[in-house]
Amino acid sequence: MAQQAAQKEILLRSERKMSRKEKREYTLHEMKRNKMCYIMLAPFMILFIIFTAIPVVMSLPIGFTSFDMASFPKWVGLENFYTLFLNDDVFIKAIRTTLIFAIFTGPLSYAMSFMLAWLINELHPTLKTIFTLVFYAPSMAGNIYFVWQLIFSGDSYGYLNAFLSEFGITTSAIQWLTDANYVLPCVIVVQLWVSMGAGFLALRAGFQGIDKSMYEAGAIEGIKNRWQELIHITIPSMGPQLMFAAVMQIVSAFTVDIVGRTLAGFPSTDYKVHTIMTHAYDYGWVRYEMGYASAICFVLFIAMYICNNLVSKLLSRYMD
Amino acid sequence: MKKKNLTPSQLAEQQAKENAAALAALQKRREKEHKKMMKKDGTNKRVGKSWRNDVGIFILLTLLGLFMIFPIYLAVVNSLKPVQEVYLMPPKLYAMEPTLDNFRDLFKVASDSWVPFSRNVFNSIFVTVVATVFHVAFACTAAFILAKCKFPGAAALNRIIVVSLLFNSTVTYIMQYIVMANLGMINTYAALILPIIPSTMGLFLMRQSMTTLPDAMIEAAEIDGAGLMRICWGIIMPNSKPALMTIIIFEFQSAWNATGGSLVYDEALKTIPVVVQQIAAAGIARQGAIAASAVVLMIPPLAVFIAAQRNVMETMAHAGMKD
Repeated sequence: MAQQAAQKEILLRSERKMSRKEKREYTLHEMKRNKMCYIMLAPFMILFIIFTAIPVVMSLPIGFTSFDMASFPKWVGLENFYTLFLNDDVFIKAIRTTLIFAIFTGPLSYAMSFMLAWLINELHPTLKTIFTLVFYAPSMAGNIYFVWQLIFSGDSYGYLNAFLSEFGITTSAIQWLTDANYVLPCVIVVQLWVSMGAGFLALRAGFQGIDKSMYEAGAIEGIKNRWQELIHITIPSMGPQLMFAAVMQIVSAFTVDIVGRTLAGFPSTDYKVHTIMTHAYDYGWVRYEMGYASAICFVLFIAMYICNNLVSKLLSRYMD
Repeated sequence: MKKKNLTPSQLAEQQAKENAAALAALQKRREKEHKKMMKKDGTNKRVGKSWRNDVGIFILLTLLGLFMIFPIYLAVVNSLKPVQEVYLMPPKLYAMEPTLDNFRDLFKVASDSWVPFSRNVFNSIFVTVVATVFHVAFACTAAFILAKCKFPGAAALNRIIVVSLLFNSTVTYIMQYIVMANLGMINTYAALILPIIPSTMGLFLMRQSMTTLPDAMIEAAEIDGAGLMRICWGIIMPNSKPALMTIIIFEFQSAWNATGGSLVYDEALKTIPVVVQQIAAAGIARQGAIAASAVVLMIPPLAVFIAAQRNVMETMAHAGMKD
């Protein structure tokens, strides 16, 4: 006990004694000692700074200006944000729509990705490859969601309408993508269809990287079924991949835009599938009001940042 | 049994007996479980693994899989339909007289344009290969450092990587254009290749999966005198195969689909996706041409995906490592 207390005392004293100057010296020394780390980081980081960091930092102040891309940005302070929250009904509507999409492409799709990745992992290796391919294919096919236009087409060339009338369920063609009652569910289905993307593939890789001997050890320790295996072995050893998938899912959930714009047209009926990203696209690339579009993106970024922090707190509590 | 009446030595004896009994019971149970686990031929078997479970999973996945694959199937079918079949009523789920006309048209128009199509093919291959190779090389070394090394600034960098994923390109695109214009990169291969190399998605995934590798691996190599570069490529990378294959797929996809946007306008620099989409947008039998172009564009990423997945051997990352 006495020895421990003495050690603690020494530690405390050394901490207290470290002045700012000493701290700087210590950091410099550490940096010199880890020179190799910086050298190995350099190639990626230099490109990252040039092509991502600098543009991001440069575009942050744009949200506080009025900028039409022709003349130099004019500083307007918080005006964009006032207009956004107090005078822009479409934006308020867009928040609602985005949240609806976010629930489906966020938690639901995340849970689905995880369950599918897990179920696939239980199969024979050849079947694993085939099913991974099948579920990832929509994300790989680039702009292939035009096919959904054929399926949901309002005229009788549409597959869904043809199918429904053939079986006598409906008598007249339904305008799936322009009827305000149907357009949102239709786009949600397509959005779910393309949402088995990066997160799903990362989880698959995570499952593949788990040490098989852990399961054998688990069986000896008394694990009875696959649920217990999942909760006690698989999930704890996949924390980092789960975090990656969560971040990817947050990003895709909050930036839903292009699928709705392609399928339902722009602007969509009653702004039914008009998300925050669609709003930013509208102001940025249709009306060329970049200042306002930047303000929208800034708000979206803050929302994603908060969400990301919440999720990482949640996950880290269950992981360790 | 009343413990109060026993002397300390008797109590200890009592406890030792109880412990021994419990241990024996545990031993017995473990042996039973172990026997249950071992097949007659001695190979290990996972708990709860039965063919009935597997068939159930297979059926569930097949049903979901059909929903996933159906639109892609439709695209393929539509690309094989001759013009008169595309606007048939009601629409058919198969091509009655499948033809390759749509593909033939696509390539005919492509080779008739004033830049030879081989040039576009070269552009695509060049951009994709260079971007993927450099992305993998840079991202893997950086990920290793971020995952396993402690140095001033490590925490901040890790944070920046995650935050950068949350930014979207709608607004930063203009600034990126300004930066690249100042570097004189507009309308060069650099404009196509360089911006996709520092993709933080690949770096983040790689870093995340490397953190699960045991530190003992690195310590052992350090004692043997290996440098960081050696440890990264000789020890860490062979054990990160699933993640490596995944980031190759990601990067290949984004490089293959890179159009350069307004950063590249020279015909001689255009890649296959740009050319094919231009043709599809102006084609005669649009529906068929669009489907054909989508199918053509899907083939290379598909091939890489299959090759990569087959390469993901069930690596025993932690084999021989006991933490």
